[in-house]
Amino acid sequence: MTVMIRASDLTKVFGSNTAVDHVSFDVDEGEIFGFLGPNGAGKTTTTRMLTGVILPDAGTATVLGHDIRSDPVLAKQGFGVVPETSNAYTDLTAWQNLMLMGELYGLERTRAMQRSSDLLGMLGLFERKDQKVQAYSKGMKQRLILAMSLLHEPKLLFLDEPTSGLDVQSTQMILALLRDLNRQGTTIFLTTHNMEEANRLCHRVGIIRGGSIVAIDAPEKLKMAIERVHRIEVSFDREVPGDALEGIPGVTGVNRTGDKWQLTADNQYEVIRSLVAFSQQNAASIVTLNTLAPSLDDAFLRLTEVTGP
Amino acid sequence: MNPASFIEQVRRSWAIAKKDIRIYYFKGPVLIFGIFMPVFLFLAFLMGSRQLPLAFLVSGLVGMTLFFTATAVSPAIFPWEGQAKTLERLASCPITIEAIVFGDMTASILFGIGITLVTVVIGLALGLPLLHGITLLVAIFLAACCFSAIGMLLAVPPTNVPSNIMMLSSLIKFPLVFISGIFIPLDQMPPWGLGLAACSPLTYFTDLVRYSFTDAHFFPVPVDISALAVFTAAFTAVTMYLHKRTMPKRM
Ligand SMILES: Nc1ncnc2c1ncn2[C@@H]1O[C@H](COP(=O)(O)OP(=O)(O)O)[C@@H](O)[C@H]1O
Ligand SMILES: [Mg+2]
Repeated sequence: MTVMIRASDLTKVFGSNTAVDHVSFDVDEGEIFGFLGPNGAGKTTTTRMLTGVILPDAGTATVLGHDIRSDPVLAKQGFGVVPETSNAYTDLTAWQNLMLMGELYGLERTRAMQRSSDLLGMLGLFERKDQKVQAYSKGMKQRLILAMSLLHEPKLLFLDEPTSGLDVQSTQMILALLRDLNRQGTTIFLTTHNMEEANRLCHRVGIIRGGSIVAIDAPEKLKMAIERVHRIEVSFDREVPGDALEGIPGVTGVNRTGDKWQLTADNQYEVIRSLVAFSQQNAASIVTLNTLAPSLDDAFLRLTEVTGP
Repeated sequence: MNPASFIEQVRRSWAIAKKDIRIYYFKGPVLIFGIFMPVFLFLAFLMGSRQLPLAFLVSGLVGMTLFFTATAVSPAIFPWEGQAKTLERLASCPITIEAIVFGDMTASILFGIGITLVTVVIGLALGLPLLHGITLLVAIFLAACCFSAIGMLLAVPPTNVPSNIMMLSSLIKFPLVFISGIFIPLDQMPPWGLGLAACSPLTYFTDLVRYSFTDAHFFPVPVDISALAVFTAAFTAVTMYLHKRTMPKRM
């Protein structure tokens, strides 16, 4: 498998604040890699080092096989960037912005025009292509930035909180496009502080807090890693004794909330099987049965909370 | 196509220049300033100093016009773009900092030449004879390159506040005009004044313009041209080197 991004001990210090502290990870070809962390965790600083906007104080980044420091132009030629703050030229029209990108990436004019029309059409901006970006809404600007970053058909796309603060329509459009792109082979590096987004979109998630990576894994596995203990919610059509439930093999705790029981278990599947047997033995039919998998939210809070003494 | 090759980077720098012209130069106020400044300077000069010959005044004016127009906008472009975050976009594009600087220089060269030609036309309309047209064109081109490199040099301090940089650049630009033989002919200067004048590229340009209109000159023409060329090369190299170092601090 080809490694598209290799970050090795990336470090950035602002004054006395170590914004990014020896961050290392690989992103493989074809992946959607989520970089998840709260505000101020160092996501943007890491992204800017990877995309050659700022220089790391220590460590190296290899992007598409090129060292971003010694071969910046060759690396940059192969990726697109959607930065944290919209940065189209507001005094230019969407079309002029795209043509400028075409020239900066060395595209032929006819190809740039064809790609621009396609992308603007796909992102619902074609009718307003000759309007200055000044007049665009936040969502439209973000869609334009996405078009600008995709013009040269990059194999790798960096996005820094691409849907943060956007309207639902723009968010859906962007997420759908990202999925499509990934299906067609584009590798995606995406920062977010939205666990749901990371969960829905990403193959692997790296969690960063206070400038350091806390964990890297698939979103599902991360959830498991955090909360090995699962919760199962169950209710029966008639009263059952709590200690009988406690006696079920695999159940490690029982809690009653209203007419429902919350059981904690190491292995939820084993417990569910036992529950079915239990209901037959006690002639109590199961009315509801839910598994309460820990959300990425839980995982996130658990992993990023400051560990006490 | 090798994106990092010299020729490809020069081509991409042209995209930067076109963007600059469109956004920063092709604006009503900038154009009006560019065209009215020489006109008003003319009037001020004509009323102020009747004892100096017209040819002398026009040469000085052409020198000042080119110097001020070629350095007018470029120092503020990086601060503007730093503020608007568009600089971050350029920094993530496959273009070197040298090529960005060169593109900014190209735009200010074109603007400087355009406005200066207006001044020359005014001079000709006032009845000045043009004795050495080719020399004048070469001088204008070389000096435009030199002054736009100075303009970019003024943009080196990595601030994202345009007014700071404009203030700073005025502090440097105006004294330079006074030591460059525009108001006082070089042959009337004391030795220390001449020593200062020799350090200013504007001196050599004004000398060449004077030669073009009156046949009179202080330095030999090849000296003037070589001096301009050396200043241009040196300023361009220094400004590119410094911008490469300070660019990451703007982000
Ligand atoms: N240009 C800068 N100068 C000084 N401090 C900075 C700069 N950029 C980021 N920081 C600091 O670095 C830390 C990480 O910021 P950032 O990478 O923007 O986090 P995130 O994108 O995860 O919200 C924060 O404490 C922030 O204040
Ligand atoms: Mg951020």
